[in-house]
Amino acid sequence: MVRADKKKNTFMSETTNGSTAKNDNQSIIRIEDLKRDFIVGSETVHALRGVTFNINKGEFVAIMGTSGSGKSTMLNILGCLDKPTSGHYYIDGVDAAVCSKDQLAEIRNKKIGFVFQSYNLLPRTTSIEQVELPLLYNSNISAKERRERAEHALELVGMANRANHTPNQMSGGQQQRIAIARAIVNDPVILLADEATGNLDTRTSYEIMSLFQKLNSQGVTIGFVTHEPDIALFTKRQVMLRDGKMMKDNLVDTQSAQAALEALPASSDY
Amino acid sequence: MNLSNLLKVAWDAILRNKTRTLLTILGVVIGIASVIAMVSIGQSSSQSITNQVSSMGTNMIMVMRANQRRGGVSMGADNSQSLTISDAEKIKREAKYISYVSPLVSAGGQIVNGNNNAIGTLQGGSVDLLKIRKFDLAAGSNFTEDDVARYSKVCVIGQTVIKNIFPDDTLNIANVVGKDIKFKGIPLKIIGVLEAKGSNSMGQDQDDIMIAPYTTVQKRFIGNDYLQMIYCSASSEEVAEDAVTEVALLLRENHKLLDHQFDDFEVRTQAEMLSMMNSMTGTLTTLLAAIASISLIVGGIGIMNIMYVTVTERTKEIGLRMAIGARGKDILLQFLIESAILSLIGGVIGIILGLILSYVGTSLMGMPFVVSYTAIGVSFVVCAATGVFFGWYPAKKAANMDPITALRYE
Ligand SMILES: Nc1ncnc2c1ncn2[C@@H]1O[C@H](COP(=O)(O)OP(=O)(O)O)[C@@H](O)[C@H]1O
Ligand SMILES: [Mg+2]
Repeated sequence: MVRADKKKNTFMSETTNGSTAKNDNQSIIRIEDLKRDFIVGSETVHALRGVTFNINKGEFVAIMGTSGSGKSTMLNILGCLDKPTSGHYYIDGVDAAVCSKDQLAEIRNKKIGFVFQSYNLLPRTTSIEQVELPLLYNSNISAKERRERAEHALELVGMANRANHTPNQMSGGQQQRIAIARAIVNDPVILLADEATGNLDTRTSYEIMSLFQKLNSQGVTIGFVTHEPDIALFTKRQVMLRDGKMMKDNLVDTQSAQAALEALPASSDY
Repeated sequence: MNLSNLLKVAWDAILRNKTRTLLTILGVVIGIASVIAMVSIGQSSSQSITNQVSSMGTNMIMVMRANQRRGGVSMGADNSQSLTISDAEKIKREAKYISYVSPLVSAGGQIVNGNNNAIGTLQGGSVDLLKIRKFDLAAGSNFTEDDVARYSKVCVIGQTVIKNIFPDDTLNIANVVGKDIKFKGIPLKIIGVLEAKGSNSMGQDQDDIMIAPYTTVQKRFIGNDYLQMIYCSASSEEVAEDAVTEVALLLRENHKLLDHQFDDFEVRTQAEMLSMMNSMTGTLTTLLAAIASISLIVGGIGIMNIMYVTVTERTKEIGLRMAIGARGKDILLQFLIESAILSLIGGVIGIILGLILSYVGTSLMGMPFVVSYTAIGVSFVVCAATGVFFGWYPAKKAANMDPITALRYE
């Protein structure tokens, strides 16, 4: 699924007129003094109060913080679902803060993969169709290529044998694997996950984290929102938010999810 | 997203929601089917009237006795005896636009052949009557001018009469030519048998007919010289109007009417009768189609309802699609295409059902089955338009959703 880098970089510089700021040290995500206010009635909620950091290619970053600290708000902006009130956000050299709605949709389609807490699979739809879905919104991809890439993505997440299953025929962990396959099928610049293990038991969480680690080792850059410190230990770097401000940004002594899985007592599940 | 992908997405959604699909198209099916059936049946009935009228002769002009007004009091038509053979002769002699003229008199009574008898009407006319009424002979011959001059006891009969009084000869109608029957006790020789015409749109049997020279009917059965009607045939359809004016002038002259006096007769063209009846059936068709259109609108609102519910129900799906790169436009088109496909499926089924209904309806009523291509075409367009029109609002609502809010929707 991870393709040659030069192929990725061609798209935005031609199709989007957002100001470009090429970065030499491979920062595929660069946010500068990012603020996001929500107006609720007469009050203004400052969800993000000026956050600055970079994510480089190949990183596996956990965005940490207690509930309400602004993690999801941050991830939505990183994923081009939302725009900052002020500040800059460069993804792959393009300033998303000045992009139109349609341009943001195109960035989401070609450069971003989302994994959600509640999987968000379409009901009554087979896995292969779920995974093909993002490619349907890219007119340059033929039906044949779409199918091949979806099959490959399913293989990567270990779900090739569930291609014709519908969500109600699969466990939560399996559904999340399908969702991950859907997120990587477009060969994104960054894979963004919001509490991706939030609905799963410990063993399944570790299995999913092991999958994320595997994808990361194959070159997928990951932004991973979680409020669980033990899950964050499987990433490579932690960014800590509190009340919309960045408190900490440090490297992690990465644990192997596979090892943690093997260390689990056999009786702690099922 | 290109069109084939959009179609795939919309089609997948339709297949995934079979119950919803069924419920949605039901309204459209009923709407379209009733429009098609109503219009078809309406057109069939006007077609059958047209057929009947043209089978009687499109150029036919009828001169009837009119109500005579004396001092503002309208006298019943049967009391007036204003049409005479001299009127018919004058028209025949002087009218430029008329090719055939025949007086019409008739007498009702019992027809007897041995043990078989029936009640019928004997119509009397000139030798032209068959041409004017567009009757052809299946066997034998028409009566002649000589028969008219000599009040010959001869007649030409229709096939229903044969069925009634010659039950053994229905398969070989030529057999009856030359046989004698009795009408009101007076023997008449059958000299010709008419081709069958079937029944007309009013259900009248056009083959229950007996025709004799008018002189025979006047002298031997009625005992007076007055005419009930004069049938004329305009030399062509184009001159029918001129022919009417001409006939009216000739009759006024013959009746010596003064300028201030009303006509004591009425001249009607077959075309007038036709347009009168057509306007009647036309009004009826329009009315029925209008009622049926209401059910089409109801069907459209049904689509809107269900699409609206669908959009709300699928909020999360819309959020997800947006998150993976669907633009507002893609979502809008997806839902529009979905509702257009739904209503088109409904339309196709409706058209088929409507045609079946009108086929059954028209054959039960003994009318010709007319496929109204206009109605089908219009229904199809209306269907697609209904889908787009009523799908627009829900689709717009979907397209304008904020992806984050939509994703969070439970
Ligand atoms: N759409 C919104 N409207 C108003 N307030 C919001 C909205 N989204 C988030 N917030 C507020 O912003 C703050 C951060 O929320 P969020 O980013 O969801 O936190 P987290 O994901 O870390 O739990 C919270 O106080 C929340 O109430
Ligand atoms: Mg959150």
